[in-house]
Amino acid sequence: METIGVIDYGMGNLHSLAKSLERVAGNQRIFISYDTKALLECDRLVLPGVGGVRACMDELRRLELDQMVIEAARKRPLLGICLGMQVLLERSDENGGVNALGLIPGSVVRFPDPPPETEPGLHHERLKVPHMGWNQVRQTRAHPVWAGVPDDSWFYFVHSYHAAPQNPAHTLGAADYPQPFAAAVARDNIVGFQFHPEKSQDVGLKLLANFVNWNGEGA
Amino acid sequence: MLAKRVIPCLDIDAGRVVKGVKFEQLRDAGDPVEVARRYDQQGADELVFLDITASSDERPTLFKTVEAVAHEIYIPLTVGGGVRTSADVRALLSAGADKVAINTAAVLNPDFVHEAGQRFGVQCIVVAIDAKRVKPKTRKKDGNETPQWQVFTHGGRKSTGLDAIEWAKTMVEKGAGELLVTSMDRDGTKAGYDVELLRAISDAVPVPVVASGGVGTLEHLYQGFSEGGADAVLAASIFHNGTYTVAQAKQYLAERDVRVRR
Repeated sequence: METIGVIDYGMGNLHSLAKSLERVAGNQRIFISYDTKALLECDRLVLPGVGGVRACMDELRRLELDQMVIEAARKRPLLGICLGMQVLLERSDENGGVNALGLIPGSVVRFPDPPPETEPGLHHERLKVPHMGWNQVRQTRAHPVWAGVPDDSWFYFVHSYHAAPQNPAHTLGAADYPQPFAAAVARDNIVGFQFHPEKSQDVGLKLLANFVNWNGEGA
Repeated sequence: MLAKRVIPCLDIDAGRVVKGVKFEQLRDAGDPVEVARRYDQQGADELVFLDITASSDERPTLFKTVEAVAHEIYIPLTVGGGVRTSADVRALLSAGADKVAINTAAVLNPDFVHEAGQRFGVQCIVVAIDAKRVKPKTRKKDGNETPQWQVFTHGGRKSTGLDAIEWAKTMVEKGAGELLVTSMDRDGTKAGYDVELLRAISDAVPVPVVASGGVGTLEHLYQGFSEGGADAVLAASIFHNGTYTVAQAKQYLAERDVRVRR
């Protein structure tokens, strides 16, 4: 029996993610843990995350999960979600600048703050940060995780920073806010989603199902 | 681009969905899990649960309800009502809530919002502001009054003396990731949102604003976006009573060029 390891480093809510993975995992086991050895034995790994990047990286390092993820990412399918996707890159501008796992070249940058109101009472469109809600994702290149997921599907986002991969080939999907940004990234056996597939209804479940059935090849 | 959100709100009392007028005269509107599932299927973008149970003895009932609903639906769930400590926030997130709404506790201790945002991430901290119009202190030269609102707590019973717009700014500085703005004058009246209140707050803060209080028609939802400048609209009775489905609401909005997820 194959095992999907969900990395639990004490940040955020794994409830809905675990529930969604269970729903699509077939006969695979879902294993939620911070035990580096046990996680390294898993067939696939999921790195979730919400909150601030500094606290996230501090916890990953304290629990020695950072090296475990880097080691695992050499061969196993690895999925980062939200902050768990952002830390796949080299560094983030959040919290004054934090070095991350460096599995995908590039950095994580903030959406520009909305400009202050220029003309009171003018009913202009003002973009808010965090980018919160449903947005459409353009599939910028083919990948096994997109199988059966319609292009421009809606996914649920909530974040103030976004990944900016150095190599355009590492961007898997883009969303607009208002400028295009990397909503999904990929490199070899690694994928990352800025949005929350576990909060994105059927299409999100389909994406998770594709990941749990992916052998890390054909990307 | 990002879609505007339509959010059914479920007031929860002792494990049941209820609806009242101006925070009083509660009546039963169904089983939370059934209602939540129905809205999910209709295309609701999120759900909000407000626990209005007076007694803290009923807290475990709320956790069970949240757990049961989170198990059934795959859209974000916000839970508010009686959130006073970091332990409350953690318990709700563990039960399956994606965001928590803080109201009275933020007024009693604004730093609680900061603390919760630091600990759990600002993306899951919603500050709920219950605002009521008050007689303006200043009068414009042309004789027109600039509207003013005050923040109320305890389900709208207690005035705080805080100006709602200033309070909204303070809460965002403290770390609120979203504001849920309810007009106490309009809540339950079906007279439409207080769009002036929404516009004033939406223009004053960089974070998303959810409009609440007073929806009676689909036109009111539209006004929340077009006049109020809200990022999301919340409604209860028009959906609970079966007057409209969420899908009908979105159809109506889409016909008026509001970008919605369908």
